Amino acid sequence: MAGTAVRGRLTWQTVAVAALRPETSSVRTIALDVPGWDGHQAGQHLDIRLTADDGYMAERSYSIASAPGEPVEITVERLDDGEVSPYLTEELRVGDKIEIRGPIGGYFVWDGADMTPVLLVAGGSGVVPFRSMLRHRARTGSAAPFRLLYSARSLPDVIYRTELDMPGAGADIVYTLTRQQPPGWAGHSGRVDAELLQEVAWPGDRQPLAYVCGPTAFVEIVAAGLVSLGYPPDRVKTERYGGAGAT
Amino acid sequence: MNPISRGFHGRRRESDVDPKRIPPGQYVTTDFPVLSAGPTPHTPLENWTFTIKQAGATVKSWTWQEILDLPAEDVTVDIHCVTKWSKLDSRWRAVSMDTLFAQVEHEARFVLAFCDGGYTTNLPLADVTGGQAWLAYDYDGSPLRPEHGGPARLLVPHLYFWKSAKWVRGLELLAADEPGFWERYGYNNYGDPWREQRYAGD
Repeated sequence: MAGTAVRGRLTWQTVAVAALRPETSSVRTIALDVPGWDGHQAGQHLDIRLTADDGYMAERSYSIASAPGEPVEITVERLDDGEVSPYLTEELRVGDKIEIRGPIGGYFVWDGADMTPVLLVAGGSGVVPFRSMLRHRARTGSAAPFRLLYSARSLPDVIYRTELDMPGAGADIVYTLTRQQPPGWAGHSGRVDAELLQEVAWPGDRQPLAYVCGPTAFVEIVAAGLVSLGYPPDRVKTERYGGAGAT
Repeated sequence: MNPISRGFHGRRRESDVDPKRIPPGQYVTTDFPVLSAGPTPHTPLENWTFTIKQAGATVKSWTWQEILDLPAEDVTVDIHCVTKWSKLDSRWRAVSMDTLFAQVEHEARFVLAFCDGGYTTNLPLADVTGGQAWLAYDYDGSPLRPEHGGPARLLVPHLYFWKSAKWVRGLELLAADEPGFWERYGYNNYGDPWREQRYAGD
């Protein structure tokens, strides 16, 4: 388990908001103009720092939504009891300045170096780092088979839906809608469980690599389910959010 | 001077928390968030041991029952996760690392904690002795749940919480420091929340 090369100190940098794009009624993508960005790996995150006029500061981490080589984007879901996410999703305007530092994290990343089948399992806004991985796959022409199992409350809650409808050859997207399905919905319904994983996941004998990102309870169920399907625990990488309630 | 984020006010004014208890960049949560890099391991207690090793050899090993039989302390501490949340007054039942090290003769200066699931994290010996670190097995009056590191985890509350290794199975005694899992992925080697040592170079 070799780590990635450690870069120098991660310093705070003031950057401007270049563009804002609504994804769903509660989710927004924020494109940042980051001069001198050293690049990132698909799956990494960055830290954001906001400063109030009396000097109070708040920091949070967000997954990077864009592919390596693309301008830096993050995608943020508004949490009603949050301190930072309502600001980022509702108050922030194009041209506003925020501080960032990153990229951060070298484990929950896909570098595209081999043809291993990749299983991505997302709960809600856990899909964000997977957008970076899917775009990286497309941009590099990787032939690694990709499958994204994406659990969302309803179709209107699906983030990046237009983009995910055209994932590229060799990548497929499987949705399950947990709360509300449109009339005539032919996809899966209900939460991800062992049965759905068995149906969707690459067989363990293909030596797949799995990435799971979502709320804690979701990640616990999916990761345990994949282990019981024969995935070695060290081939199941997890990232969790939620529980904190205040991001 | 930091640039002002237009229209950002924060909400700490409503908080009754003593700001001196919150390290820079942290916010207080009343939940107990879970962060781990992989699936939650489940080792049966009859197979569980806590082992202090040196150069690959066992120096001392305790079974689960032997750990339970050691004097334990009720510890109430604030914990600080590198992902920005802090939790105040978390309550643990735990065996002091001093109690374990009292049964071990060594000259090590560093330890590398090792865990079920393959996780590791490194600490100076001076940070796991002197009443600063514990092996914790109860949280808030109940057995520590697997997703929070049960059956037992390290508790080193004066450092960021990734140093409080979940599912810990022992410590490797080292003469020279050796980075652990997150430390090799760009996180700070020491991890003092009061100096905001989140990442390499902080």
